[in-house]
Amino acid sequence: MNFETELHKAEGLGSAKNGLPHWIAQRITAVALIPLGVWFVSVFIILLTAPFTEAYTWLSSPWNVTLAIFFVLTAFYHGYLGMQVILEDYVPHEYTRWVLIIGTQLFSAGMALLAIVSILKVFLS
Amino acid sequence: MSQSLKERRPLSPHLQAYKIQITSLLSILHRGTGIVLYGGSILWALWFVALAIGPQSYEAMQHFLLHPLGLIILMGWSFSFFYHLCNGIRHLMWDLGIGYELTTVRRTGWTVVIASFFLTGVAWVLGFLCERIWS
Repeated sequence: MNFETELHKAEGLGSAKNGLPHWIAQRITAVALIPLGVWFVSVFIILLTAPFTEAYTWLSSPWNVTLAIFFVLTAFYHGYLGMQVILEDYVPHEYTRWVLIIGTQLFSAGMALLAIVSILKVFLS
Repeated sequence: MSQSLKERRPLSPHLQAYKIQITSLLSILHRGTGIVLYGGSILWALWFVALAIGPQSYEAMQHFLLHPLGLIILMGWSFSFFYHLCNGIRHLMWDLGIGYELTTVRRTGWTVVIASFFLTGVAWVLGFLCERIWS
């Protein structure tokens, strides 16, 4: 059923693009981040004062490494999705908005890759 | 035609016309803490990088994080996390259709505020206790 007015159809603007997958992905990553986030923030605060060798050994366990990479992926994905919504809401100029959204997307992917490569380097050495 | 229709459309009152309430304040804080967490993710990502590079960069990173300025940033970051976590659960409940009564909305709102301060406190007590274990 289509509830759009004739004017709205002609303009071709508004919703019904790709909002639903975005909304669902935001919720799925949110649920995953409840345990993963609590785990990582606790570990991070605990390891804050730890000597190098202790932090290094922590990343030698496959369990910790898997959880850490899982956390990195969900955190940066969820972060990107949220930042996209904020940019869509507050940047009125269309092309500026596109540039910022694409920039955030690439930056998030890059930071996630950087973190994962670093984690794997410690794990595999 | 479409432009003139849009121009004649009634506008909603601007933000400053509204009185700040617990509901609106917590809503905007959810976004605010979300932005803080996105910024903070760069910090912990670089911590992983420092760990991968070696002991010297790890210790330099640690030195920065344990500097009073670093600690203030980390405390703000962790509070943002616990706030976003608790209020996020509140949002997920709404997505399930639970907790829409105005009295419930206010009560869960205050619960989120108290829980975020409490959890941040617990996390840092844990952190300071661990410092003694490491040293």
